[in-house]
Amino acid sequence: MSALTIRNLTKTYANGVQALKGIDLEVKKGDFFALLGPNGAGKSTTIGVISSLVNKTGGDVSIFGYSLDTQRSLAKKQIGVVPQEFNFNQFEKVFDIVVTQAGFYGIPAPLARERAEKYLRQLGLWDKRDKQSRTLSGGMKRRLMIARALVHEPELLILDEPTAGVDIELRRSMWDFLTRLNEQGKTIILTTHYLEEAESLCRHIAIIDHGMIAENTDMKSLLEQLQVETFVLDLARPVTEAPQLEGFEVWLRDAKTLEVAVPKSESLNTLFVELARLNFEVMSMRNKANRLEELFVRLVEQNLPGEQAS
Amino acid sequence: MSAREQWVAFLTLVTKEIRRFTRIWPQTLLPPAITMTLYFVIFGNLIGSRIGDMGGFDYMQYIVPGLIMMSVIQNSYGNVVSSFFSTKFQHSIEEMLVSPMPSHVILNGYVVGGMVRGMLVGLIVSLLSLFFTHLSMQHVFITITVVVLTAALFALGGFINATFATKFDDIAIVPTFILTPLTYLGGVFYSIDLLPEFWRTVSLANPIVYMVNAFRYGVLGVSDVNVYASLGVILAFVIAFYLFALWLLHRGTGIRH
Repeated sequence: MSALTIRNLTKTYANGVQALKGIDLEVKKGDFFALLGPNGAGKSTTIGVISSLVNKTGGDVSIFGYSLDTQRSLAKKQIGVVPQEFNFNQFEKVFDIVVTQAGFYGIPAPLARERAEKYLRQLGLWDKRDKQSRTLSGGMKRRLMIARALVHEPELLILDEPTAGVDIELRRSMWDFLTRLNEQGKTIILTTHYLEEAESLCRHIAIIDHGMIAENTDMKSLLEQLQVETFVLDLARPVTEAPQLEGFEVWLRDAKTLEVAVPKSESLNTLFVELARLNFEVMSMRNKANRLEELFVRLVEQNLPGEQAS
Repeated sequence: MSAREQWVAFLTLVTKEIRRFTRIWPQTLLPPAITMTLYFVIFGNLIGSRIGDMGGFDYMQYIVPGLIMMSVIQNSYGNVVSSFFSTKFQHSIEEMLVSPMPSHVILNGYVVGGMVRGMLVGLIVSLLSLFFTHLSMQHVFITITVVVLTAALFALGGFINATFATKFDDIAIVPTFILTPLTYLGGVFYSIDLLPEFWRTVSLANPIVYMVNAFRYGVLGVSDVNVYASLGVILAFVIAFYLFALWLLHRGTGIRH
């Protein structure tokens, strides 16, 4: 069953900007789905339409089979949205924000309070329940928005940049939390600029570009498209120029660091044999960028000559 | 959303609105109490004693219903315009937009929240007025009906203002340049029968004249205009404003791109 089906979705803003030019997308129930794209590509507009914050110009959106046009209330009950920007009343208490959100979904107060406690505990915010939300740290505010999005127990959770500005430890704990939610059967769609996040968490991915879907596939197939991977090599001794290696592109980043582009057809063994032959001793090695990031940049550069991805 | 769920959502929003204005009571409940007490002291006691009777009542008794009505108007308007605009400004309106709450539940919740504040301030001002004069209600049903309809009308007005507002200045313009002059010229402090014929006719185009006089009729039993015509005018405005506000909300004016 599809958790989300989008057919020929278009959006033209009042100023004439055509943000979406006919998007088709399908997310299966139980999937962990990444929606990626450079800034201004149409990700937020797509999420805005799905979550009823943006009026679409044309096309159809349905959530678990419920049309957003004709079965709006049923469709909306299936979605929980965690936006990119903090969007709660800064002067309200943490507990009240979550309980009030439950009320907006028609959940009676006793059950709303019970659910609020459950999710605030799960997200480590129960101790802060009586604090005004403006006094929370950035990471806590983000967790508060997740608790609020879950309080009506939606089947589909949409997170727009959920870990932006969050420290590494908290990011890891949020990944664990989202993975557990997904294992419990919730469908999750996220947008992120941390491509390591998308690669670690998501099984399927769509890349949106210029208001259209540029790629829509599973993560494994996408990564297989990566033809060249760039590695950074730390050398034991300084060198003055990059070695010439047949089949590889090599750049000297500084006296003790090389960057090597390794085509998919070449093995790393060949690279090391060649380097050893030329008396280069490699002390350590790492990917220049996360694999998905490398692929993403290449895809976007293909589609946007002259523009820089972000 | 079932009717029961809509009722829960409505109560949630009304509770949220009441919690908001009671949390900041020094900004919402205290100022009108102080301002109206000053009106009672200065216009009622000090100046009023030299003015003499108006409409068959001493001046203090005459102006009290108008001042109560002024409080109801300003506070029901002020509550919704500032609350709804703040919700837009902080983007917390998205909490409602993503939820399955229908537009009429959102509108009703804000309007009732504004009415509660308007009527609560009206009650506070009424109680304060008892320190200065004697009041007895001549027509209970008309008094309550007028207060409820007036509070609803101005709560709706505040909602419409907030819908179009894009900055804080926009929510001050209507109260300062439209509401206050109309209220002061709406027969709060004088009987429009005192005016020359031309200005009396002009005053009849001011909807606040009907509200103040209908309320004064309910409390004192005197009015410059026909009370039932007044009720009709207020009701017509309430219906028109409600439908307009609902239409704005439904199409997402000022809140959805």
